[in-house]
Amino acid sequence: MTTPKMPEPYGDVLKRRAQIVRDLRDIVPGEGVVDATNEMRAFETDGLTAYRQLPLVVVLPQTVQQVSRVLKYCHKNNIRVVPRGSGTSLSGGALPLQDAVLLVMSRFNKVLDIDYPNRVAVVQPGVTNLGVTDAVAGEGFYYAPDPSSQIACSIGGNVAENAGGVHCLKYGLTTNNVLGLQLVLITGEVIRLGGRHLDSCGYDILGLMTGSEGLLGVVTEITVRILQKPETARAMLIGFPSNEEAGQCVADIIGAGIIPGGIEMMDRLSIKAAEDFVHAGYPLDVEALLIVELDGPEAEVDFLIERVGEIAGKNGATMSRVSTSEEERQTFWAGRKAAFPAVGRISPDYYCMDGTIPRKKLPEVLAGMRDLSEKYGLAVANVFHAGDGNLHPLILYDANKPGELERAEDFGNDILRLCVEVGGVLTGEHGVGVEKRDLMPAMFNQNDLDQQIRIKCAFDDLHLLNPGKVFPELRRCAEMGRMHISRGQMPFPDIPRF
Amino acid sequence: MTEALKSETFTPENEEQVLEAVQWAVSEHAPVEIIGHGSKRAIGRPLQVAHGIDLSRMTGVTLYEPEELVLTARAGTALDEIEALLAENGQELQFEPMDYRSLLASGECGRGTIGAVLATNLAGPRRLKAGAARDHALGIRAVTGRGDVIKSGGRVVKNVTGYDLSRGLSGSWGTLAVFTEVTFKVLPRAETQATLVVSGLNDADAAHVMAQAMGSNAEVSSAAHLPESVSAKFVFGALPQGAATVLRIEGFAHSVDYRLTNLQNALDRYGACRRLEADETRLLWQQIRDVEPFCDDTERPVWRISVAPGAGHQLLAGLRLQTGVDAFYDWQGGLVWLRMEADAEADLVRGAINALGGGHATLVRANGALRNQIPVFEPEEATLAALSRRLKEQFDPEFILNPGRLSADL
Repeated sequence: MTTPKMPEPYGDVLKRRAQIVRDLRDIVPGEGVVDATNEMRAFETDGLTAYRQLPLVVVLPQTVQQVSRVLKYCHKNNIRVVPRGSGTSLSGGALPLQDAVLLVMSRFNKVLDIDYPNRVAVVQPGVTNLGVTDAVAGEGFYYAPDPSSQIACSIGGNVAENAGGVHCLKYGLTTNNVLGLQLVLITGEVIRLGGRHLDSCGYDILGLMTGSEGLLGVVTEITVRILQKPETARAMLIGFPSNEEAGQCVADIIGAGIIPGGIEMMDRLSIKAAEDFVHAGYPLDVEALLIVELDGPEAEVDFLIERVGEIAGKNGATMSRVSTSEEERQTFWAGRKAAFPAVGRISPDYYCMDGTIPRKKLPEVLAGMRDLSEKYGLAVANVFHAGDGNLHPLILYDANKPGELERAEDFGNDILRLCVEVGGVLTGEHGVGVEKRDLMPAMFNQNDLDQQIRIKCAFDDLHLLNPGKVFPELRRCAEMGRMHISRGQMPFPDIPRF
Repeated sequence: MTEALKSETFTPENEEQVLEAVQWAVSEHAPVEIIGHGSKRAIGRPLQVAHGIDLSRMTGVTLYEPEELVLTARAGTALDEIEALLAENGQELQFEPMDYRSLLASGECGRGTIGAVLATNLAGPRRLKAGAARDHALGIRAVTGRGDVIKSGGRVVKNVTGYDLSRGLSGSWGTLAVFTEVTFKVLPRAETQATLVVSGLNDADAAHVMAQAMGSNAEVSSAAHLPESVSAKFVFGALPQGAATVLRIEGFAHSVDYRLTNLQNALDRYGACRRLEADETRLLWQQIRDVEPFCDDTERPVWRISVAPGAGHQLLAGLRLQTGVDAFYDWQGGLVWLRMEADAEADLVRGAINALGGGHATLVRANGALRNQIPVFEPEEATLAALSRRLKEQFDPEFILNPGRLSADL
């Protein structure tokens, strides 16, 4: 296994384990502290199953006060803490550390309040993403961000990772749909940010927290925006003889002023895998397939379907089908949503990447991937959130063949470097975690990274929360504070002035 | 400490010069005011600084790809220039950044710079549906108060690589870093728009109607309530007499017709309904955005208050019993523009917000003396204030960037 190097465990913490477990039991009584090895196995990994590590101890608090006391205790005793929601992270964000308390938020599973006039729901972080929608669906509302793992993933984890989904282009990411948080700092202090009102009057700490991957604080309550379900939604399947034509079709749809509810693209290999798996009725004689969903008032949807159909025709589409029932719409999506497990059926293992690129660079990146595929001798299937440029290449490999996992990882890293080279980013929605940590310098220079670490220092100056994630190296906060400019050092600058 | 230096205003034309100016300020421990067009200069605690960095010459759109929905500009680029460029391509900044000039009588200034749009997190009437500047920022470049150039984000919509500084620095009013370049998501303009006016509602009934409208599938993009005291000041008096509850619908022409008709059928039992067409709609929402009724060339205190949409009318009902105020509501009632007849009454206003479940009040207009006396921005609770202070120290340890503008501690 090639787990990236994690921070050296604190030897004294390992030695004091028995006492620490006892102390934590005082704070979280009953079954809330798990220390037996066989019971901790369930927590040794997250959605990135290639990496595994047993934690020091697992704690499942039930109240904000318990979270606060656990963190305060850990802070006082210099014990690391890894927060965890449902453990579906695809980047190893919740990977335990040998010397860290694994703080599992799954017992925070209540919907606290639903406020239809203000269109918000107040939920605990362990509620699943779909659980929020389920709680409000009866009144015709839903929660918009919809990551593929929405059945299982927790809303707290969504905040930590700034989760996306297929509807982001039109309805935004998690960060655009969260209005308020209650969070606990590593010191045990409890803070409220935002609420049912909009924006803040000070620094946008809500914005910083969203997507901070469990490094800044532990979220204990979340206020989210809920939306009225669109009057209708219909999906189109459109097949193309080449990826370039499909890509141009996406550009032309958006160029025509149409922002579809969702617009997804699959390549030949993923179409075939998905069709074999769920029989969604995908065409097998095309190189690229678009799934375009249009939602809104019926009159508008009908009108837009026609326009999208015309645009597709001009771009050389060889097939086009429009869903005629809700059931058929779901079937169209079923293939796409099952694309990862479908690829899992045609290969012993697969490695899912998550770069984002400027859309127009798609042909270049796909061509680059074909070359890399040849170089590494591994096949790659592609699914693509085409509207927002978020690419999920799935690298097929067999972990039982010596060297294949390493080749897959090198292949993946090369793909992400390619994404950055064309103006994109390392991760669109899965997070940096452990997985892409060491690639951060491909996108950020030392200044950029140092300033991010300084933000960490404002929240957690001992690096106790989720260390070893996101940043390639842990730099002591005391050192980070030093300034390299001193009085009188700068000559009078030669800049235009009034 | 700065007596030995004469007052300097640097006008950098590129990022290197911004860096040089900030490094100079760090090295001399010389606090600087960060300024664009100066249109919002009268918001915040008055600064006690001798030097300035004026970004209005650092201009230019460096990247605009309409089909990719992205635009990058140097921080000093004029917002009106960017809006004109987008309009040529049938696009816009969907968050409708407001224009403070009439309210603050800063009409001699430019419309504002794109950097300031993010630094002050501007928004408009579409806030509920489309977000504020923070929601559309994709990437930034900036010079921190430590004298370092940093970047964050990028030019793509979906990006979770590292902390989200585009949002983290939004609304920081130049107290953490000086933006040198910002990248925004841009979106197609709606083909057309119309407004449904429901007449004669009191504030509480209007709150109910707005909640119904925003929660319907008519996809209402903004909802405001203009009480009788202000309604005549909009659209040159073209609104029906009395209070007006206004609901905007945007999109493709026949979709707008369809949704507006549905909405009218659902709401006409509450009051007389009338439709405003596109031109009047555009003017109406621009005037709501820019606080037209209180653009009175006075310094009478004006508060910008954000509360839960359903709480706005309760807040006002309470305040009216205790002091002389005039007000109207945007954001379904969640944004209250409040003009005081005499004193600012900060404790009264902020106490009432607290009692209604929280929110924040910014004293956007007041004379300098008042802004010295009263916290212009909502004071934070102690733990949060301490965290904000630690953030400030990590970005600007010498307190040289707009020191004191947000609060005495920042």
